[in-house]
Amino acid sequence: MARSTTTRSKVIFTVIGWTIGFLIFFPILWTFLTSFKTEGTAIATPPQFLFFDWTLENYHEVQSRSNYFKHFSNSVVISVGSTLIGLALAIPAAWAMAFSPTKRTKDILMWMLSTKMMPSVGVLVPLYLIFRDWGLLDTRIGLVGVLTLINLPIIVWMLYTYFKEIPGEILEAARMDGASLMKEIVYVLTPMAVPGIASTMLLNIILAWNEAFWTLNLTTSNAAPLTQFIASYSSPEGLFWAKLSAASTMAIAPILIMGWFSQKQLVRGLTFGAVK
Amino acid sequence: MATLQTRATARIMMSPAVILLFLWMIVPLVMTLYFSFLRYNLLMPGTEEFIGFLNYQYFLTDPAFFTALGNTLVLVGGTLLITVIGGILLALVLDQPFFGQGIVRLLVIAPFFVMPTVSALVWKNMLMHPVNGLFAWIARLFGFQPIDWFAQLPMFSIILIVAWQWLPFATLILLTALQSLDGEQKEAAEMDGAGAISRFIYLVLPHLSRAITVVILIQTIFLLSVFAEILVTTNGGPGIQTTNIPYLIYMQALLQFDVGGASAGGIVAVVLANIVAFFLIRLIGKNLER
Repeated sequence: MARSTTTRSKVIFTVIGWTIGFLIFFPILWTFLTSFKTEGTAIATPPQFLFFDWTLENYHEVQSRSNYFKHFSNSVVISVGSTLIGLALAIPAAWAMAFSPTKRTKDILMWMLSTKMMPSVGVLVPLYLIFRDWGLLDTRIGLVGVLTLINLPIIVWMLYTYFKEIPGEILEAARMDGASLMKEIVYVLTPMAVPGIASTMLLNIILAWNEAFWTLNLTTSNAAPLTQFIASYSSPEGLFWAKLSAASTMAIAPILIMGWFSQKQLVRGLTFGAVK
Repeated sequence: MATLQTRATARIMMSPAVILLFLWMIVPLVMTLYFSFLRYNLLMPGTEEFIGFLNYQYFLTDPAFFTALGNTLVLVGGTLLITVIGGILLALVLDQPFFGQGIVRLLVIAPFFVMPTVSALVWKNMLMHPVNGLFAWIARLFGFQPIDWFAQLPMFSIILIVAWQWLPFATLILLTALQSLDGEQKEAAEMDGAGAISRFIYLVLPHLSRAITVVILIQTIFLLSVFAEILVTTNGGPGIQTTNIPYLIYMQALLQFDVGGASAGGIVAVVLANIVAFFLIRLIGKNLER
């Protein structure tokens, strides 16, 4: 009796769950499908769902017409670059906070968090002017710098919560055995911290890849990452839905896959450890 | 002795991150504050002068400011309403055992990883287009007149897009919180004859309250600065119906080149965000002590 109700409820929830999942995922699926249509089929009514002549033409066109991979590589350089520099700054800082905390550690952490709360638009004007005067507008270096600083608090926080879970006794034991600080970090701390560092890195690449305030305001063409490139499709110069879809699919696919791999660590990173 | 040495090392290791963040926070903010007291327009170089609070007076008495403030609140409030209620319902469903649970979970969190310009354009064109969009086709299928989303319901359309992006975030966090609920407690309540609804109200909801607060506060911080979605869909229009505070400041700074006015607006935005941040930081700080 009890068993049959559980099976029945399992079937019901399977139907409900999959329906919801399908509906929420649908816009992404639809973009993916449309990217294989011709422009004519893309705007056809009634819409063509699966049975149309699949073509790869759009992917080819997006590249040859607008040099898609320039923007793609800009996105890669900006997101990976800012994450790596961020890690280089944050690993020592988080290490110090987790293993030799002082009375002020908590205040420093909270202060770092508070910088993240500052709305970007509050510093848009001076930053734009600084970028203009220093010739940083539309350069990858400028954007790497800004995104590093924007995400630095999150990187420090995530690493801090991971490092805190590493038992300090192990480090002390290594110290007793005469390991130097350098050795302690390289041979003892790093291997234990790698999973945490990896998921921090993943989440930050995602955040930097999708950042769409500074990338839109500080770039125009040369350093424009995919956010800016896709935004250029908003101009009403006709309906290029198939090409928009192809460009979008390539823009979101790598990050979506990374996101799926990092989903377990996501909650901790996005709530600053407030929900685990 | 060793501790003294470690402490010094610790300070050295922290300093690059702390100093850079400090400069990042303080330099532009001081500049914004300084500009906000100047008459400063990039189109009229050489006319900069100190004008006291005049920029604030213009900005805060501009009817556009109140419209933008109202729009910001509607956008934040509407999105929160959809994502929190939707997130609780979704989390309750995803918490039940069913076939393919893991895959559905992946499908549900996917929108969070889509860059804002992509999701806004995909929704605007392929779903909400009044003639060729999918929604228009569905409406005609049932014999209704298709809605011209961005002309008739511009703000609602943007809320829908933003809510689609943030629903996964709310769901994921609430689901995580839900899964930490003690199974025995649930069973005990069930044994005592508590129905599903009273179990939800007296057991599940109180357990979720912290997570709900976190979702509301963090989302508010991000939703206060929604920008890309407006830029690529409505450009703040029709009129200024979908102009929020960030977009208003952006127009003033980069389209009208009014550095002084935009800076005053920026300071106002910082103050507004700080009100929310104050509560969020206290909440997270409390958690750090445990």
